[in-house]
Amino acid sequence: MALLELTDVEAAYGSVKALHGVSLRVDEGSIVALLGANGAGKTTTLRAISGTVRKTGGNVLFDDQVINLRSPEDVARMGIAHVPEGRGTLAQLTVWENLKMGAYVRRDGAAVKQDFERVVSYFPWIGQRRDQVAVTLSGGEQQMLAIARALMLRPRMMLLDEPSLGLAPLIVQDIYRIIETINREERTTILLVEQNARTALSAANHAYVIEVGRIAVEGTASDLASQESIRRSYLGY
Amino acid sequence: MQGVLQQIVSGLATGGVYASLALALVLIYRSMEALNFAQGEMAMFSTFIAWELVAVVHLNYYAAFAITIAVSIVGAFVLERVVIRPVEKAPPLTVVLVTLGLFFVVNGLAGLIWSYVIKPFPGPPGFPQAPVSFGGVSLGIQDLFLIGMTVVLLAILYLFFQYTKLGLAMRAAALYPETSRLLGVRTSQMLALGWGLAAGVGAVSGMLIAPIEFLDPNMMQPILLYAFAAAVLGGIENPVGAVVGGFLVGVMLALIGTYVPGARDLRLAFGLVIIVAVLIVRPGGLFGRAHVVRV
Repeated sequence: MALLELTDVEAAYGSVKALHGVSLRVDEGSIVALLGANGAGKTTTLRAISGTVRKTGGNVLFDDQVINLRSPEDVARMGIAHVPEGRGTLAQLTVWENLKMGAYVRRDGAAVKQDFERVVSYFPWIGQRRDQVAVTLSGGEQQMLAIARALMLRPRMMLLDEPSLGLAPLIVQDIYRIIETINREERTTILLVEQNARTALSAANHAYVIEVGRIAVEGTASDLASQESIRRSYLGY
Repeated sequence: MQGVLQQIVSGLATGGVYASLALALVLIYRSMEALNFAQGEMAMFSTFIAWELVAVVHLNYYAAFAITIAVSIVGAFVLERVVIRPVEKAPPLTVVLVTLGLFFVVNGLAGLIWSYVIKPFPGPPGFPQAPVSFGGVSLGIQDLFLIGMTVVLLAILYLFFQYTKLGLAMRAAALYPETSRLLGVRTSQMLALGWGLAAGVGAVSGMLIAPIEFLDPNMMQPILLYAFAAAVLGGIENPVGAVVGGFLVGVMLALIGTYVPGARDLRLAFGLVIIVAVLIVRPGGLFGRAHVVRV
């Protein structure tokens, strides 16, 4: 069953059109990768979902509700956690304050408390460094903190924008292991955007390749990874 | 020497007033990058409300104090929703111009309602009028009350921003509006709340200075200038800086007014000198960092 469905979504920054009709669907419980080159519209697609870019056409359906006109804060309140490009670290706040902000919209205090513990079990270093100011964390730690903060929402769906960007290969492995664990154990549906196609395809069930604001190719992750022509012409490895 | 100490204490007392108004300015600057030129006039209006409650309704001074703060917070929240919200996404200069307009509207409105004739404003009752003496330095009780209130106000604000969920969300929304919205924070409402808090803090500054300076619609204008000076001196984005700046400006003005012949009348000019000097020598202020803009 589709949890999220985009139909012919168009979006623009001012008068510059960035998406020319993107259609994709993300099934509940799956990991979907959105791949493509720099400037193809990957980030804009995520922003169109979370309402941080102006949509000029098409439909975004989440949990059978049209969310075209919802503000970013309302989209978050529906249970979509968007980890933006550049991780959106609340740099001057402490690690723990970052996590607290992740749970900002929740009113179930007792469960939030449990979630703090659960998040710490995913990322043990967070427990030891809760009072550290986030700007002093390494890039990999900031990425983990961003994912941890998104978890605190107990989201139905996570939008991850290039979780591997600028990180060493070993750390990327760590982060993808955690993403897969979250998907498996929390049943969180994940839509992730990546330039690093090989890593993303190894984690995803399904994948889309976007080119100049349109979906060019789609298929199961293993299909896309095994077809050499697609790999060469679109994924660059 | 005792004379100097006495001047320092009375400088700290009026400095407390500058500090609270400067704090109000900083609260809004941090979230909108715009100076609220109407901050002083809003504080004046609040003070008139307090006067109305004490002198006309004959309410207890402290009850009037509390009610005035509450009314100011709610009033400024509504004001932000009505007047500022339409220009929230406009460049800061637009916001500044709107607050300049507000300055004249609030001033005129107060004149219309309460007239421009100066009125006495009561000080806090329950304190002895006679000064107390510490080691030969005699301190006005009024002065000590001012300093004490400023410290209490700061402590309350600190606790609010540091330890409450709402305070944390307001900090996040001011510093990182985009990410905050992704986390579900209604940043626009946080702005209005910031206006409310700033007006509450401003109301305190007005009610504290009114017994000393008398009450009239123009009473906050010099104070606003000193508060600007205090905020710039401390670093316009730094609440702690604003407070330290406020106390410093208060003490400097007291000392200069007493010991430099003829300088009493030049205090306003001195406020401007501070602003210009800081912007030339150390634009980030004492506690701020200079912003580097790459283009």
